[in-house]
Amino acid sequence: MTMKMTGAQILWECLEREGVEHVFGYPGGAILPAYDALKHSRIHHILVRHEQGATHMADGYARASGRVGVAVATSGPGATNMVTGIATAMMDSSPIVCITGQVGSRLIGSDAFQETDITGVTLPITKHNALVTRADEVARTIREAFYVARSGRPGPVLVDITKDAQQASCEFDWEAAKPQLPGYRPDLSPAEAEYVRALELLARAKRPVILAGQGVLASGAMGEVRELAERAQIPVALTLLGLGALPASHPLNLGMMGMHGEAWVNHAIQNADLLLALGMRFDDRVTGAKESYAPLAKKIHVEIDPAEINKNVKVDVALVGDLREVLRALLPRVEPGDRSEWLKWIEGHQGDAAVRDIQSLEDNGHLYAAHVINDLWIETRESNTVVVTDVGQHQMWEAQYYKHEDPRSLVTSGGLGTMGFALPAAIGAKVARPEAEVWVVVGDGGFQMTMAELATMVQEKLKINVAIINNGYLGMVRQWQEFFYERNYQSTPLLSPDFVRLAEAYGIRSMRVTKRGGVVPAVRAAREHEGPVVIDFRVEQEDSVYPMVAAGAPLHEMIRRPSPLVETAADD
Amino acid sequence: MTEGRMLNTFVVYVENKPGVLTRVASLFRRRAFNIDSLTVGRTEKPEVSRMTITVEADPDQARRIEANLYKLVNVLLVDNITREPSIARDLAMIKVAAAQEVRPHVLELAKVFRARVVDVALESLTIEITGTEDKIDSLVEVLRPYGVMEMVRTGIVAMRRGKRSLGPTQSNVVVEDAEDENIAQSA
Repeated sequence: MTMKMTGAQILWECLEREGVEHVFGYPGGAILPAYDALKHSRIHHILVRHEQGATHMADGYARASGRVGVAVATSGPGATNMVTGIATAMMDSSPIVCITGQVGSRLIGSDAFQETDITGVTLPITKHNALVTRADEVARTIREAFYVARSGRPGPVLVDITKDAQQASCEFDWEAAKPQLPGYRPDLSPAEAEYVRALELLARAKRPVILAGQGVLASGAMGEVRELAERAQIPVALTLLGLGALPASHPLNLGMMGMHGEAWVNHAIQNADLLLALGMRFDDRVTGAKESYAPLAKKIHVEIDPAEINKNVKVDVALVGDLREVLRALLPRVEPGDRSEWLKWIEGHQGDAAVRDIQSLEDNGHLYAAHVINDLWIETRESNTVVVTDVGQHQMWEAQYYKHEDPRSLVTSGGLGTMGFALPAAIGAKVARPEAEVWVVVGDGGFQMTMAELATMVQEKLKINVAIINNGYLGMVRQWQEFFYERNYQSTPLLSPDFVRLAEAYGIRSMRVTKRGGVVPAVRAAREHEGPVVIDFRVEQEDSVYPMVAAGAPLHEMIRRPSPLVETAADD
Repeated sequence: MTEGRMLNTFVVYVENKPGVLTRVASLFRRRAFNIDSLTVGRTEKPEVSRMTITVEADPDQARRIEANLYKLVNVLLVDNITREPSIARDLAMIKVAAAQEVRPHVLELAKVFRARVVDVALESLTIEITGTEDKIDSLVEVLRPYGVMEMVRTGIVAMRRGKRSLGPTQSNVVVEDAEDENIAQSA
C-alpha cells in the first residue's frame, strides 16, 4: 500500500518504523520542514543546548540500551557541531543515526547561507553517509542508515537531506524501500580450518588469558564468554569499554588491562602463552609498546571487522565473525581445562597488590577521588545503576574502583577520549533506560565543556545525579606534566564557577563535599531526592592515577604509587 | 614478516554513484597508503564502475587494504590480482620534438614499439602507445634525447587472464591478449 507524503513526513514515519521513540535535536532553517512535520509523529523530540550534546545523547542512548540513537540538526553550524560526537561514536563503534538538514538541492555548491558539505566533512568519521536530494530517496536511505548503523561492527551513519527533499511529496512505500546495499556484507563467518587451529592453540595453552572488549557487549556474548572462561578455566582481562562483560565479582575476572590496568592484569598478559582476544582491537592504550607486547603468547583474534586483523598486533589465528556466533560454534569443542597453577601464579601477584584496596586507606582528612568512587559503588551497587564518565583521571578511577557487575552499566568515551561526553551521554542513557539509576562522574574540566545540557536535563525532568570530581586541574594532563614534563603545570590549573550555585540557577538541588565522611550522606541524599542533583566533590588536587604505563612503554613497566601514600607498602 | 613491499594491483568494482571515487581515495589517504595509480571507468553494466588501483604495500598491508575497501558500503568486490595471471595496460600520449632531419628516426622507434602516430605537426610528432608500464617507460627513455615536450599517461588498467571472470558483472567476454608485451624489452 502506498500513500502520498512529504519527505519530512516520510522521515518521521521511517524512524517510527525503525523503532525510534526519542530523538535528540536542535532545529534550524534547513531542517524546518522536518520539524514542522514532527507534530504528527509519536516520536518525542528532546531539545538540546548544543548539537554536540545531541550526538553524545544519541550515543549514550545507544550504549546504555543497544538500540540505535538518533540526533537531528540543521545544516552548516548545526551539522558541524555534530562532528565531535560522530567521531566519538565511530571510534567506539556506537550505532547512531544523524539526520541533518541541507540547503535546497539547487543551492548546493553555491556557498549558500548555512551550507556545509557535511557528507564530505564526515566521510572519514562515519561508517557510511548519504546526501538525499529527492523525497523519493528518503525512505530507502533512512532504512539503509539504520541497517548499516546497527549491523556488523556498529557505527554512526549520517543522512543529509536537502530542504526541498523534505518539502516535496511522493508516494511512500515502506516495502519497496528495502535497503539495497549489494556491496555491504556484515555477516562473515570463519572457515572450519580457523576453528581447528584455534582449538589446537587453546588445548595446548598453559597460561592463557582472555581479553574481552566492547564486542562482547555489542554481540551480546556475555554468557558465552563466561562459559568459555569457566569451562577452560581461563582468566579474563577487560578493556575499558569491555567492563561489565563479565561481572567484576567473578573469580576469573582479573579487571581492566592496559595503561591504568592493575599490575597483576598486565603481568598476566605479559607472561601469558596464549591471548584470546574477543571483540577488542589491541588499542595502544591496551598494549603499551607493541614490540614487547605479550612476547610469549600465541594470539587468537575473534573480531567482526576483518580490517582489525593484524592491524595493531600480529595474530596467529583470526576468527572473523560475530563473536557470539563464533563462540557458540567453538564452545562445544572446547576441552574442560585445569589451569590452577597459572591462576595461582596470577593470584600471587594479586595478593601482592591487595593492600592497594582503597577501603583500607586511612582517613587523613583529605578527600580522594578514589574514596568518592568507592563509596558511590558501595551505595549504588545493589541497584540497576549506569555510571557515565567523562575523560581523564576520574574516568580511570571509576574504572578501577567501581566494580561493574552488569553489561552496559558503564558508558564512557574510550577511543576518542572526548571530554564533555558524560553529561549529555548520561541524558541519553536515562532516556533509554528510565528505570535505571544514572550517575555522571565527571571532572571539573570536562563538565564545563557541555554543562549547558543541565538545562536539557531539567527541561526533560530527568533524574540524573552528577558527581563532579573537582580537583581544580585538568587532572590527567597535569599528571602527565608531573611525570613527563618536570611538573611544568602549563595551562592546567582551572578556575571553575561555584558549581553549587550554578546548579541552583538551573533549579537543581546541589551540595558540596570536602571530607570523606561527607561522601556517603551526600550520595544518599542525592538518591533520595526526586529530581536531579549535582554534587561538587572537592578532592585532593595533585593526586595521580596508578599504576600507569607511560605512552609507548612496555606493558609490564608500570609507574607505581609512591610512598608515603599509604597503600604502596607491599607493592613490589 | 618474510615478504617485502611490492606494487600491488587491485581491481575494485564499485557502485556507480556520486562520491564513490572520493570515498575510495579518502580511505587510502586516511590509512596512510600511497596510491601509485588509480583509474576508474565504466563497465559493461551501467550501475557498476571499475577501478584499477596500484599501491606499494607488503602482503599484510595489502590484506588490510582489501579489508578496508570492503568496509566502504559502495564497494562491491575487491580482487587483488598482483599474483594472478593478468594483463595490465597503460596508455600514453607523447609529444616529441621531431624536426625534419630526425623525423625518420622517431618514426622508426614508434614502429619498433608498435606505437601509433596520432598527430603530426611541423616540429613535433605525437605518439600514442598502449602497453605495460615498462614498455612505455622504455619508449620514453629512447625518445628523451629527441626532446619529450609533453606527456600524459592514463595509469594502469588491469584484468585477469583467461576465462575466469571475478566480479559482480558476470561477464563472459574474454579477450585474449594477442600482443607481445615483451617487445619493449627486446627493443
